[in-house]
Amino acid sequence: MKKSKSLLLMIAIVLVIGTVLAGCGSNNANNGNNAAATNNATATDNAGTNTGNTGDEKLAADQTLRINLSAEPPTFDPAQAQDSQANTVLKTMYEGLTRMNDETGQAEPGIAEKWDVSADGLVYTFHLRDAVWSNGDPVEAADFVRAWKRVLDPNTDPTAPYAYQLYYLKNGEEYYTKKVTDFNEVGVKAVDAKTLEVTLKAPTPYFLGLLSFYTYYPVHKSVEGNAKWATSKDTMITNGAFTLTEWTTGQSLQVTKNEKYWDAASIKLSKIDFSLVNSGATELLSYKNGELDRAGGPTGEIPTDQIPIVSKELPNEFVRKGIASVYYYEFNITEKPFDNAKIRKALAMTVNRQVLIDNVTLGGQLPAYGFVPPGIAGANGEYRTAVKDSYFTEDAEAAKALLAEGLKEEGLDKLPTVTLSYNTSEGHKKIALAIADMWKNALGIDVQTVNQEWAVFIENRQNLNYQIARAGWTADYNDPMTFLDMWVTGGGNNDTGYANPEYDKLINEAKASSDLAARQEMFAKAEKMLIEDDMILIPLYYYTNNSLTKEYLKGVTLDFSGAIDLTRGYLLEH
Amino acid sequence: MASDKNLVSLDANLKPEDFRKIGIDEKQAEVIQRESLSAWRDSWQRLRQNKMAMTALGILGLIVLAAIFAPYFSKFNYYSNDLLNTNKPPSGDHFFGTDDLGRDIFVRTWYGARISLIVGLAAAAIDLLIGVIYGGIMGYFGGRVDNIMNKFSEILYAIPYLLVVILLLVVMEPSLGTIILALTITGWINMSWIVRGEIMQLKNREFVLASRSMGAGSKRLLFRHLLPNAVGPIIVTITLSVPNAIFAEAFLSFLGLGVQAPVASLGSMINDSLTGWLYYPWRFLFPAILVSLIMLSFNIFGDGLRDALDPKLKK
Amino acid sequence: MGMVRYVANKLFYMLVSLFVLISATFFLMKAIPGDPFTSEKKVPPEIKARLYEQYGLDKPLYHQYFKYLGDIAQGDLGVSMKRLNQDVTHLIGQTFSASLKLGVVAIIVSVIVGVFLGMIAALYHRKFIDSAAMVLAVLGIAVPSFVVASVLQYVLAYKFHWVPVSGFKGPIYYILPVAALSAQPIAFIARLTRSSMLEVLHADYIKTAKAKGLSWAAILSRHVLRNGILPVVTYLGPMTANVVTGSVVIEQIFGIGGIGKQFVEAIGVRDYTVIMGITIFYGVLLMLARFITDIAYVFVDPRIKLTGGKEG
Repeated sequence: MKKSKSLLLMIAIVLVIGTVLAGCGSNNANNGNNAAATNNATATDNAGTNTGNTGDEKLAADQTLRINLSAEPPTFDPAQAQDSQANTVLKTMYEGLTRMNDETGQAEPGIAEKWDVSADGLVYTFHLRDAVWSNGDPVEAADFVRAWKRVLDPNTDPTAPYAYQLYYLKNGEEYYTKKVTDFNEVGVKAVDAKTLEVTLKAPTPYFLGLLSFYTYYPVHKSVEGNAKWATSKDTMITNGAFTLTEWTTGQSLQVTKNEKYWDAASIKLSKIDFSLVNSGATELLSYKNGELDRAGGPTGEIPTDQIPIVSKELPNEFVRKGIASVYYYEFNITEKPFDNAKIRKALAMTVNRQVLIDNVTLGGQLPAYGFVPPGIAGANGEYRTAVKDSYFTEDAEAAKALLAEGLKEEGLDKLPTVTLSYNTSEGHKKIALAIADMWKNALGIDVQTVNQEWAVFIENRQNLNYQIARAGWTADYNDPMTFLDMWVTGGGNNDTGYANPEYDKLINEAKASSDLAARQEMFAKAEKMLIEDDMILIPLYYYTNNSLTKEYLKGVTLDFSGAIDLTRGYLLEH
Repeated sequence: MASDKNLVSLDANLKPEDFRKIGIDEKQAEVIQRESLSAWRDSWQRLRQNKMAMTALGILGLIVLAAIFAPYFSKFNYYSNDLLNTNKPPSGDHFFGTDDLGRDIFVRTWYGARISLIVGLAAAAIDLLIGVIYGGIMGYFGGRVDNIMNKFSEILYAIPYLLVVILLLVVMEPSLGTIILALTITGWINMSWIVRGEIMQLKNREFVLASRSMGAGSKRLLFRHLLPNAVGPIIVTITLSVPNAIFAEAFLSFLGLGVQAPVASLGSMINDSLTGWLYYPWRFLFPAILVSLIMLSFNIFGDGLRDALDPKLKK
Repeated sequence: MGMVRYVANKLFYMLVSLFVLISATFFLMKAIPGDPFTSEKKVPPEIKARLYEQYGLDKPLYHQYFKYLGDIAQGDLGVSMKRLNQDVTHLIGQTFSASLKLGVVAIIVSVIVGVFLGMIAALYHRKFIDSAAMVLAVLGIAVPSFVVASVLQYVLAYKFHWVPVSGFKGPIYYILPVAALSAQPIAFIARLTRSSMLEVLHADYIKTAKAKGLSWAAILSRHVLRNGILPVVTYLGPMTANVVTGSVVIEQIFGIGGIGKQFVEAIGVRDYTVIMGITIFYGVLLMLARFITDIAYVFVDPRIKLTGGKEG
């Protein structure tokens, strides 16, 4: 872990130099900028008076943040959203009961000012603060009940695809499947206008974090009876730091500061302009040209082969952060020859992950030997720190022996040509080619790489119509469960055909337990089963997020999963 | 004409017995045309005199030879990675440098030229064949035949190509044949429209009327008179379909329809190298130069061919 | 046959073709794997079942087909299945307006520059200007638009700061995409024009006109250009339909929210209603463009009779 230490050091140096430079620069630049700022006087005043921020930092007159969203969010209805782009924008427009503090990784008060949790961890009572909607109406407990009912109601048109994110509530799933028809029996109740009582199905240690997720956002009462409310800026009444002020399909999005937001005093940006460019190369050029204040993940991307270059060219602006996602190759373990764990293991042991990362993926990713990435909370600190992912080692000689053993068990002399499928993407292609070549060299296996259109690929994978396929998994919430419960027998996202009753038992026990240490123990056992014993997938690397941030842009944060929070950003004079 | 006069001036002392009837097909006598064999020879003669065109043909020949043989003169192959030597500039070892997986660009370029030439030429030839016949029939017959055939081509043209490609992707194995099929499904349509337009214009010209009044049939009119006169736009169109096929191949292969990585083609090499063209220009330049060279030679040769074939340009 | 009957006849064929196009695309779209609710993170079966039900995807295929035809007959293109609750007509309208603006400018530029280049080359046949123009044209054909776009973007926007890198907010934003969009059409039109003008220049009626002492300018404008431009007119029909319906690559590189990008995205996520809507829109546009081309023939070349037939 020498690497991460030097990285930390570098970031520290960058920060120091950055602030010093900003401090020096601001004095000189002052005069010139003031003249230009006259037409934006209100923004300047606001910024100047409200914020006695860290000493010598001077805010820029124009607090418009320009950023690229590589894809247009398909919807701004929190009940319908499903993707990270929507998440980025919705986070600026809405606020849930809690807000994620990206630095600490803990949920902190949002619309809920404070809360009480029952001793059994099942009942949460939230006390709402005096917040208002962008039209001045107070945000009340009923707004949450309404929103959650919309999500859980199978008759909402169209039904919420993420309804299952609310299955944590008592009778949530039952209501969706119509086993319970009275919404009063579902575990959410407006005790009075400012008190919300939530009852869970089972103790859920990460529930407070979940509440900051968009599916849990409240909606204003005007959405009732207006199916198209989220398709126009004019009918969108929101309760967050910004409101939607411009939206041209495929072209541009703009949100403007919501002065009615309860914490408007700590919002310094006056506007956020989102461009919708789906090309990393263009985004990078725009950034270098000063048309964007931030480039790269998670909203856009830096083209892979330029990452090493820009990290050298712009060391003060380049930021790398580990995020809780894992890239892996999964096996169809229901068919020969990959029904044999030894053969699977041999393949896993002959991938040289560091070489792959240093020369192919180029993003400074971390080699993965387990399935739960760093950054995911454990019983006490990070799970990955407590439970090391030393489930196997890269060892070509041992792999050869294992392969030979496995082939013997299968009654084969030589592994027939293996197909490795990936979905259309330059990055996936390069990784597949590099790994196919590694297997060829180390084990003499012939690998055919097969590229498939995205939906074709997904269908094939979900129908177990493949041998080895690429996959990636991102955390839904900050708990190892989000990575481990998917591999239970018949699990919706278990595309390997893995069925292990012992594994299922461990996961079920962990789900019922509220003892953090015991859960961690169970997770560690389950993960060992998954990787060390059965090797149903080959972990390749844990993702990093690579981005470029102009030195004058501060306060933009990423959470553990790499979701970005722009609301507290601000621009220094430059 | 001179020899005719000689004939007339021969000794006139001939008896009727000296003459014997040789059969004459009266219809054939009415047909006015140059002898076809000599027409081809004629064109070839003129083509040979066109130095530019012959140079272009020579370059094309060299490229084809290099595409076939050059890969054998290198110690590298097109698929082996060398991850410790990625993105290296040209050197004595790697004449054209290496790519992002450390593969030798020299070998890949020539290997890619092989694929691209096959795909480009095959697609162009099929487009030419189908397009000319289809367009010729539409333009010549007009009326209902034209309406129906024209609409059919429009429908085919308007069906979302990407859907067709995805369907092919599902039902066919990725291969060269699949990609040529995918390219020609709609590739011929543009050609057919150009030919149709030309024929519609030509068919009312005086020479066509003349030929028709002398009893020439539809087939003869179309293939002997109309199409040869439309050769200019046909050749221009065909020169467009070659590069289009080369780059469409790259796109389709990227989607998984064509030759699968690590097999190289010029189009896909250019595609892959574009984002880093500033930093690793050799990865982009060599295949790009080769494509341009192929196209340039192709067009110059096409021009020469047109000059040689087009009956209107005969002096 | 009067013009009215001619147009009515064409319209009839157009409607029949549209019907065939709609049917073919509909079944093609259903034949490929995936549906609007395919996702890497699977939604639980009960939610998926509910979504199918709400969008009528649980019904038999023929049922969905006839329902769609019924909706179309009433002029209803439906709502997007991915961009929730957004009308397909609205989506087409918003994205098409960007592509149209860009496309029209690109076509005008292509025709003017292309015809001009081709004419110059033909008039100076086998001279230096001819060769230079044609080498340029060949490069225009050989170098694909995404390469042109990337290079121009780097040089003009990044190096010289003359134009913005991306976006579509005013006249200055047109320069790069228009240049990239029109490179190939310019080259193609130049070559077509040159080729057919060379033929015309050698035609007897031009020699006659020359012999009659007509001025070059008159010959050029009245005879040569008019006859030489015919293949360009043929090409212009489908090209117009193509260019105004957007180039995915160009729209992606320059971050323009055009209909081309929208279409490819819709196919990628299997947004059935949007795929059908744009296909129909595109089909109508193409057929109209080709229809106008046919009419234009008559104006360019009066010898062409549209009613056609083998009248002999």
